[in-house]
Amino acid sequence: MMEQLEILKKLTSLDGVSGDEGAVRDYIISLVRDHVDDYYVDNMGNLITYKKGSGSGLKVMLDAHMDEVGLMVTKINSDGLLKFQTIGGIESRVLVGKRVRVGEKGVPGVIGFKPIHLQSKNERSGAVDKKNLTIDIGAKDKEQAEGMVEIGDRVAFEYDPVEFGDNKLMAKALDDRVGCAVLIELLKHDYECDIYGCFTVQEEVGLKGAKTAAFQVNPDIAIVLEGTTCYDVPDTKEHSMSTICGKGPALTIMDRSVITDRELVTHIVKVAEKNGIPYQFKKTISGGTNAGRIQVSGTGVKVAVIAVPCRYIHTPVSVMDISDFENMLKLAKKVLESLPVSMTLYREQGGIENV
Amino acid sequence: MNECSELLKKLCNLRAVTGRENMAAEKIAEVLRNYCDEVTIDPFFNVIGLKKGQSEPPGNVLVTAHYDEIGLIVTGIEDSGFLRFAAAGGVDPKAIGAMEVIVHGKKDLFGVIGAKPPHLISPEDKDKGIKMEEMRIDIGYDGEKAKELVSVGDMVSFVNPARELMNNRLAGKSMDNRSGVAALVELLKELKKLHHDDNVYVVATVQEELGLIGAICASYNIKADLGIVFDVCHGDMPDAPGDETFPLGKGVAVAVGPVLSKKHTRGIIKMAKDENIPYQVDPEPGDTGTEAAAHAIAREGIPTILLSIPAKYMHTTVEMVSTDDVTAAGRLAARYIAGRDKA
Repeated sequence: MMEQLEILKKLTSLDGVSGDEGAVRDYIISLVRDHVDDYYVDNMGNLITYKKGSGSGLKVMLDAHMDEVGLMVTKINSDGLLKFQTIGGIESRVLVGKRVRVGEKGVPGVIGFKPIHLQSKNERSGAVDKKNLTIDIGAKDKEQAEGMVEIGDRVAFEYDPVEFGDNKLMAKALDDRVGCAVLIELLKHDYECDIYGCFTVQEEVGLKGAKTAAFQVNPDIAIVLEGTTCYDVPDTKEHSMSTICGKGPALTIMDRSVITDRELVTHIVKVAEKNGIPYQFKKTISGGTNAGRIQVSGTGVKVAVIAVPCRYIHTPVSVMDISDFENMLKLAKKVLESLPVSMTLYREQGGIENV
Repeated sequence: MNECSELLKKLCNLRAVTGRENMAAEKIAEVLRNYCDEVTIDPFFNVIGLKKGQSEPPGNVLVTAHYDEIGLIVTGIEDSGFLRFAAAGGVDPKAIGAMEVIVHGKKDLFGVIGAKPPHLISPEDKDKGIKMEEMRIDIGYDGEKAKELVSVGDMVSFVNPARELMNNRLAGKSMDNRSGVAALVELLKELKKLHHDDNVYVVATVQEELGLIGAICASYNIKADLGIVFDVCHGDMPDAPGDETFPLGKGVAVAVGPVLSKKHTRGIIKMAKDENIPYQVDPEPGDTGTEAAAHAIAREGIPTILLSIPAKYMHTTVEMVSTDDVTAAGRLAARYIAGRDKA
């Protein structure tokens, strides 16, 4: 377990804001190349790996997205401050006072904020307006800043992972490096089914990479490995918590992008119960995952989502329980091992008329 | 990295939440010991360094810079293990969402102040400001363990370590006012090169953020005939009133205003011009909100000068200063102490 956790920590320390996943991808390739039969990077930047199974030829796509939410430089002001926009869903209130790295050179910067002493009464009680925030790299003026950064540069949060409390890990980008870490581990083992391990790009900007990956793989079944919302903090109603940290990996029944395959989810539940692996259902239907894209690819794919609950997801300080990660690894592996014997594919039976 | 940045980085990474400066007092004393004849720590944890003057009897100059920092105080421990908190000093709730902290409980505990993800925020809550009482610290323990390790009243400090940016600028927590403490050291270093008649008492003071408490004690205990305060003033930033903010890297800000000694302020500005030390003028119509307000009315009244280091984003965890300004502050004060006209 130590090894997988160290890999996860390393993955979160790399920057891969949507459209700029290269550093994450290179690291993943270095870890999986010796465990797969083939791999390539497609036009969009998805890393698609292939592992031939020993059995029926059931095609299983495993998806984990490499990208993370972040920022993009959109303008360099005359005073040398950088205007930015968010890439993916980031709340303005979590941007204030953050450490960032700008561009491929990783120029250090911070997101400043008007001191409380200088705020008007309305500003004091109101919300943070993203439009007023800028990144400060310490440049004296525009010219100096232009020597260091370019418009379009991606900006990532500079937060190193910390293990703390009772078996907790804080890190940026747990969504979805935790899925990547699970997928890396899964690829180290052998299965009856054929495995297409897809490390996808641009999930946070509208589930983009998964579309082209699914088109190329044309799978029968897909399992999306994710980090998901969790807000099990006081004063939150239980049904609004989405998931609970430490209660096992979460299974999605429905979210804004997908209604998952009932048979596949039932199979996962059975596997969990048979093996005594804790699991929970995600209780909110907010958010979307690559499952939504993959499901409607080709002639249709049976999809499921297994996810580690992540508190404060889409912030630089997301928190997970390490036991959820362990249990997700166990569960996903057991599910893959038992898939070929239990899945019925409409296609094999001659289409929907025969069902 | 220059020597001053190195020192300031080190100072900023100390933890001394206002009212609990005992956490860092000895470390501050260690730094001052390198440059002083005597260093003592008073019952309030003011750290007092004395560099003796060469005349008999010497006059006394008091130079203060507060070393406490804003932070949080634990006000409750939930059964679920999450901590409630309130501000210790002027903390802006808008500036602490998704933040790493250290809870100074039975031992130092890492924690985070969480934030609701966008997926779970309702449209009507999106534009609302968040209140501190709605926020919690997550230390990753259940209620039982949390209650064993943390007590109500424990202090909490922010993590953001100082990092170096372009143009000798540093950004991080506690630039307010470790940059003032760094200026004390710059002052002492410069004084080593100079002949000075007066005893110079440099005091790293406590509880400024709670109302100048440390300075009030220091200016009572040390009978000074000149007071100098190092603190921070607001650095330039967009969308802030231009007459209340000052550019970084353009020199130390010398305050002019009712509570400040006209004579000494004029004198130090002349000194800056003569010695070619970069400075700017900071108009302060009120009591300055700094320790100068305490010194000015201590005992018979101490004629006081206020030297401020421009700091951007004050009271956030990314306060930013230029160490060029810190060095300028120390040098200017040293030159003035050594060469001042005592008539």
